[in-house]
Amino acid sequence: MTAPRLLITASPHLSEPDSTPKIMWHVVLSLLPVVGASIYFFGPSAVLVITAATAGALVTEWIFGTRGSLLDGSAMITGILLGLVLPAGIPLWMAFVGGVFGIGFGKLIFGGLGQNIFNPALLGRAFLQAAFPVAMTTWPVIRENWWQLRGDNLALPLMSPKEVDVLTEATPLGLMKFEQTGTDLWRLTLGATGGSLGETAGVLILLCGGYLAIRNYLNWRIPASIFLTVAVFSVLLHLIDAARYPDALFMLFSGGLMLGAVYMATDMVTSPVTNLGCWVFGFGIGFLVVVIRLWGGLAEGVMYAILLMNALVPFINRATQPRAFGAEQPKAKQTT
Amino acid sequence: MSPRETAPQADFFRGVWRENPVLIQMLGLCPALAVTNTVENSLWMGLATFFVLTGSSFIVSLIKKLIPGEVRIPTFILIIATFVTVADMSLEAIVPTVHKQLGAFVALIVVNCMILSRQEAFAAKRPLGRSLLDAFGTGLGFIVALVMMGAIREVLGNGTLMGFSLFGPNFEPWVIFILPPGGFLTLGFWLLLLNWFQKWRTERAKVRAWPEGVGAPPERKAA
Repeated sequence: MTAPRLLITASPHLSEPDSTPKIMWHVVLSLLPVVGASIYFFGPSAVLVITAATAGALVTEWIFGTRGSLLDGSAMITGILLGLVLPAGIPLWMAFVGGVFGIGFGKLIFGGLGQNIFNPALLGRAFLQAAFPVAMTTWPVIRENWWQLRGDNLALPLMSPKEVDVLTEATPLGLMKFEQTGTDLWRLTLGATGGSLGETAGVLILLCGGYLAIRNYLNWRIPASIFLTVAVFSVLLHLIDAARYPDALFMLFSGGLMLGAVYMATDMVTSPVTNLGCWVFGFGIGFLVVVIRLWGGLAEGVMYAILLMNALVPFINRATQPRAFGAEQPKAKQTT
Repeated sequence: MSPRETAPQADFFRGVWRENPVLIQMLGLCPALAVTNTVENSLWMGLATFFVLTGSSFIVSLIKKLIPGEVRIPTFILIIATFVTVADMSLEAIVPTVHKQLGAFVALIVVNCMILSRQEAFAAKRPLGRSLLDAFGTGLGFIVALVMMGAIREVLGNGTLMGFSLFGPNFEPWVIFILPPGGFLTLGFWLLLLNWFQKWRTERAKVRAWPEGVGAPPERKAA
């Protein structure tokens, strides 16, 4: 059979090579270096916690999700991201509960992938933070015997973790807020500080995010505007009162700002669809982060900043809707 | 409009389950969210509301001919408030600790819309016996709903049920379930479960009632 001279098909004629599973699995791949860094810093505890959180997410997706939704990789991303924002010493059953809650109440209850309002991983973490405040704010120090567990990871389900002989240390933000001590910038950028599993290695996260941005799997405007807003505000405040407010580099590289800005805020489902909207969204997150960190009761505010702005995304989308080419300005005032 | 004819037992059971005030009609959510952090609190709150509902339904149904239509709502509120005062003082005398925990929410039974709705929709239009049956059913439904919520919140938030420890002293409490967000979560969880069950039952009934020889019954949609 010879090739047809004229091939007539119905539109669309241009097809996009990217599909949801492809993008999702690329994000999973790009997360692997961050996972590696967390294992380097926190040892076997990191493996256990991330595995438990991912297992919780995957099991929930498998039981309650639509058929085949397990393979699109989104539950995998939620699980890994949730694991990366948990402290190393948390009992595994709590990490598992977080994964179940994140996927179940953060995503599936809205109708699955693409329907959710809030970032599922952050919702899981917010739930854990509200349910187990003590376990969620115990930060083990990182330089120690590598093989030793960083806390009572293996506590029985529903039981509280035993006091394990592990040194704990406040996070750089906690130190800054409650003891007014800074942290060496080199340690901050490389990640050798206390904190959640995957949030400490700032430079590495930036590199992985850069890869995704080049492949256009995340909108670079969101992290860019978050960094810009945080930087501008903290430079201004630092100029006003250097003793009270930390400098911009400290604000950028401490806490979960890097991980939050690069991986959480850029979630395609829960971020605005327009480029202008992305700038607004990022500005809001950056502003809230600075406000919560410097004047709020909590040491870290990235999680709540992103969740709050997630809630505003439908409004941002509506407000920044571009005018269709050739369309007239809508005459809202006219009443006939 | 003349009231529909219903069987006496239907008046009773309707309020318990099919038109449960909290879980189906979504009335009286304020106490259901605020004081259900333990089973004991839920139970006493439910009992107090049950007492107020029964008492005011009784009085309202008794004097419904005497109440002028224009001022019926203030009259209902006055009658309800009388019983709430009785309930408030009795609770303080019988279980002072629970009364202290319930706080203002006992007094707030006055404005519980569930009670007012039963007066307006039922007691003011029906004979005495039916009104009492309806009040018993609705009040029981309210207790059931509150205890259902209290059970989940107490087990997860405290590790106990009716004060008995379930998991031993090492239990790690889920603090969120004692706090207000836990109330919303628990209510949402029960509504989810009940709606799911209801949907499953109607679909099953549809498939069973499918007439012979009219093709295959519709496939049940995957959950």
